[in-house]
Amino acid sequence: MNNNGKTIKPDHRVIFDIIPANSRVLDLGCGDGELLSLLNNQKNTKGSGIEIDELAVRKCAELGVSVSQLDIENGLSDYDDKSFDYVILNESLQQVVKLELVLKETLRVGEHVIVGFPNFAYYKSRLQMFFGGRTPVTRSLPNMWYDTPNLHFLSIADFITYCRDRKLTIKKAIYLDGNRRIRFLPNLFAQIGIFLIRNGGKDNKNG
Amino acid sequence: MVSTMQTSIMNVETKYFHLKHDLLLESGEKLSPVTLAYETYGTLNDEKSNAILVLHALTGDAHAAGYHHDEDSTGWWDLMIGPGKAFDTDKFFVICSNVIGGCKGSTGPSSVNPKTGQPYGLDFPIVSIKDMVNAQSHLIKGLGINKLVCVAGGSMGGMQVLQWVASYPEMLKSAIPIATAAKHSPQQIAFDEVGRQAIMADPNWSDGHYYLKSPPTRGLAVARMIGHITYMSDISMAEKFGRNVKPEKRKQKFSPDYEVEGYLQYRGDNFVKRFDANSYLYITKALDNFDLGNGGSLEKVFKQAPNVRFLVIAFKSDWLYPAYQSKEIVRACKQAHLDVSYYEINSTYGHDAFLLEAAEQEHFIGNFLKRFYDE
Repeated sequence: MNNNGKTIKPDHRVIFDIIPANSRVLDLGCGDGELLSLLNNQKNTKGSGIEIDELAVRKCAELGVSVSQLDIENGLSDYDDKSFDYVILNESLQQVVKLELVLKETLRVGEHVIVGFPNFAYYKSRLQMFFGGRTPVTRSLPNMWYDTPNLHFLSIADFITYCRDRKLTIKKAIYLDGNRRIRFLPNLFAQIGIFLIRNGGKDNKNG
Repeated sequence: MVSTMQTSIMNVETKYFHLKHDLLLESGEKLSPVTLAYETYGTLNDEKSNAILVLHALTGDAHAAGYHHDEDSTGWWDLMIGPGKAFDTDKFFVICSNVIGGCKGSTGPSSVNPKTGQPYGLDFPIVSIKDMVNAQSHLIKGLGINKLVCVAGGSMGGMQVLQWVASYPEMLKSAIPIATAAKHSPQQIAFDEVGRQAIMADPNWSDGHYYLKSPPTRGLAVARMIGHITYMSDISMAEKFGRNVKPEKRKQKFSPDYEVEGYLQYRGDNFVKRFDANSYLYITKALDNFDLGNGGSLEKVFKQAPNVRFLVIAFKSDWLYPAYQSKEIVRACKQAHLDVSYYEINSTYGHDAFLLEAAEQEHFIGNFLKRFYDE
């Protein structure tokens, strides 16, 4: 699958596959709007984004994606409960200050939430920590300790435990190492975890 | 993207539209006759489906773009309107009209009152933003246009944009309110009141009946000086003037020493040559009285316009119409489930940015309007 000749990032492809056609979608920290553009054009979704970065919102405009240049930590209060079928929090959850509040608000405005984040417990990170004694730098965690936008460092196992504690239902979990799906020991071998979650209810079977 | 060699339209002419009927005002009074001065740029297509209405701010006029044949300065939004610009006249037919209550060709307090044969002065009825928009709707229909691609404007122009959405949603595909508010804050009302008091304190004002005598130029100039301060920012003033001292020797103790003082005086003195003091009173009142939500929720207003797509723009250094006021508009759009984009442009120009930040606005507006050109 490609988007006007551009290759699609593996995490975008996973999220694209999860979201059904004609859904109402909000992408928090939507970057240059490529995922939203893909969804709106190929799945006829009604998707919009929130993004604070100046250059990224310029790109969104070029792609014809509706975006609000706002901070996601304040921008969510604008929406009524369950305004969206899917809210995407890809590569942005680990960068917000009030993570719990954002997650709670996200679950309020969306029926489903898709969370994607770099796995801090990836084996290469562990090796760098254990043998090198250094803060890990990997493909999914590319920055040095002093210039990383990430405020929270979490592993796949951390997030699963968190969902259980907060009674959030994990409906789907997909683990990636580059383009490859990881099914065996994801907390060790996956660079990225992508979760489809919703508020716990009667169908709560923590996965 | 910015084109460095932008061209302006030559030989633009102001035209005049006369309403066939009285204009019933929000106050209940009737205004008649009513004339609207307007200009157009580009070509209206056969389907009459490529028209955009741009709306001017407090002291603007119908001359939004290009050159009049006898003048060497361009219209107030020439950076934005023309071939290849944000409002691309190769694609769109752009219309701009002077508001009623104004003094640049549309009916206002300096027009002749048919009852007396003299200029209205304060006998001119109070007009509102809604009245201005109602008058414009007659012009648009008079041009044979049923649906506008877009209504766009900054400051008071943005208020008219919002009022268009409230009053004629079925006539619009999209709305671009820039550096504006759905209602004035007490601070905005306060600045307007100081301007009005400056005019009315000028003995030449004579309760508004000065048309056959000397007009209140001192008062109006002071009002304009206050306005200019609010249109700039701390940074833009520091960049433009610093604490630079005027080169010429001061004539008396309190003559201007600093360039910023000289600049404000110059702007004030120039303004009185082109603007009517009573119009300033009427229009600032219309601004202060504007409240799109009518004391209630904006969301309700926007719910009546489900198909209008919004592009909202604010500027970081604008402290007269701060970004929070634009965010309130965006929030109401979202609650009404409208399609909305919001950009907060990083400019140091203050409120004036909507007139000056051409490149950034062109990027966002140009790309936004593409949606309607491809349709």
